[in-house]
Amino acid sequence: MTITETRAASAVQPRVRVSGVTKVFRQAGTPVVALDGIDLEVGAGEFVTVLGASGCGKSTLLSLLAGLEQPTSGEIEVAGSRPALMFQESALFPWLTAGANIELALKLAGVPRSERRDGVAELLRLVRLEGAAGRRVHELSGGQRQRIALARSLAQGAEVLLMDEPFAALDAITRDVLHEELAQLWQRTGMSVVFVTHNVREAVRLGERVVLLSSRPGRVLRTWEVGMTQPRSIEDPGVAALSVEITQALREEISRHAAA
Amino acid sequence: MPQPDAAHGGSAATAAPTAPIASKDDDRLDRLSHGLDALEHPAQRRTVDWMAIVAPIVVVAGLIGIWQLVWWSAWKPESTLPSPLTVGSTLWSLVADGTAWGVVWTSLSRGLLGFVIAVVAGTVLGVLVGQVSLLRKGFRPLLSALQSLPSVAWVPFAIMWFGLGPATIYFVILLGAVPSVANGLIGGLDQTPPILRRAGQVLGAGRLGLVRHVLLPAALPTYLSGLKQGWAFSWRSLMAAEVIVNSPELGTGLGQLLQNGRDMLDMPTVIAAIGLILVVGVVVELFLFGPLERKVLRDRGLAASGL
Repeated sequence: MTITETRAASAVQPRVRVSGVTKVFRQAGTPVVALDGIDLEVGAGEFVTVLGASGCGKSTLLSLLAGLEQPTSGEIEVAGSRPALMFQESALFPWLTAGANIELALKLAGVPRSERRDGVAELLRLVRLEGAAGRRVHELSGGQRQRIALARSLAQGAEVLLMDEPFAALDAITRDVLHEELAQLWQRTGMSVVFVTHNVREAVRLGERVVLLSSRPGRVLRTWEVGMTQPRSIEDPGVAALSVEITQALREEISRHAAA
Repeated sequence: MPQPDAAHGGSAATAAPTAPIASKDDDRLDRLSHGLDALEHPAQRRTVDWMAIVAPIVVVAGLIGIWQLVWWSAWKPESTLPSPLTVGSTLWSLVADGTAWGVVWTSLSRGLLGFVIAVVAGTVLGVLVGQVSLLRKGFRPLLSALQSLPSVAWVPFAIMWFGLGPATIYFVILLGAVPSVANGLIGGLDQTPPILRRAGQVLGAGRLGLVRHVLLPAALPTYLSGLKQGWAFSWRSLMAAEVIVNSPELGTGLGQLLQNGRDMLDMPTVIAAIGLILVVGVVVELFLFGPLERKVLRDRGLAASGL
């Protein structure tokens, strides 16, 4: 797939449209502006990574997109059904087996009982954990939990997948494997993905577009078109070069807070 | 199953050219993934901790031994402190002539029925008080207060209301057990990690679905502790009520056996009755709540306490 094709598609039918969104929290009586005038569009089948330091409201943005919270002002439109959301922790239900976690998602998505068993098997195959259906959550490694959580998210059949630093707690090797699996799954399913991270390399490795947010309040600082196709690797020179540029911008943004 | 790409054909077309590369990638990724998985899973084995079984038996044997020594010292008269052997033979004759079974069954059936009613009432109350904030503000302190009130305090009240019949017994059991069951459930609901609640919402669970698929299962371990405590309180309340309420209508339960022993100044029967009451409690704990609790905790990867 070429970048231009994707961009053309996104211009026609954005899956996610965020316009002028502001979110203000009350913390001990004083208002804190988490997000300030965010504009963001994500096209069909587009992979956007949202990057920022602590306090940039990345997670708040995803909560808003997932409909778990309401914006103070501005508008959010998400096409199709309720978007799927993956957390940094797997958030799998520990009283269910891996397979039953996925099955529950299918059930809540309205998939009839007779189709659920095949659905679970297929989703487990997608995340390469065919043999794990009967395992309990505590019997899975961190990487396996995130893969089951990914399968559970896919079970929703959503057109938009939101990911909130899903690989942040994993070791480097496991993270690398999951990057590759995610990139492959994204290409196969054609979902739109909004991936939030504070890891610049990860953002460049995965995204077609990288959006840098400022901290307190969160605003869109800058956007980069990555312009490289998948499959690519985190060691690619192109990934490294762009990461250096974005890291520089991120550092400037962080330093600004020291001066203030 | 719902495939996210079913809606638009654009990505399906783009997937085709990459297919040959993907299959080679697939093999490599497969090996890598499965290698990581294999490294993550050292073989696990479960061992039986024999000491945990032997130690309590040794302690009980030791206590009986001390009792025997004290009896030998003739510190108290036989009528106040019979020997372990005398009590043992009283117990044996109670068991042998079938009296013990009848007495235990009279109490146990009452206790279990009362407990089951208490579980139903406590669970409904727990869900309501746990989930409706207005009810919670009003009832939570009351439930905690009731939990600390010894239910034997209700016996005179219940006798004046219901007379010397089964209604009095059940009333006392309910007031003893319902607060424990409700509080256990409320505690469990409160301890549900917020992220699981959010996960349920993201998956599209409504208010009822969230309670059924997320909150109740998440609350189960704490709820079970509440049930266990509720049973203990049921059993205690029942004994207290039986000791006080003695009428032909109620027949002879363990509490009545205890009280009859006292009336007859029959110390061996009194001690034997205490032993039976203890045994029933231990058996219910060991064979009902113990395995249930262990299974629930083991499934979730939480260490089982105790045996």
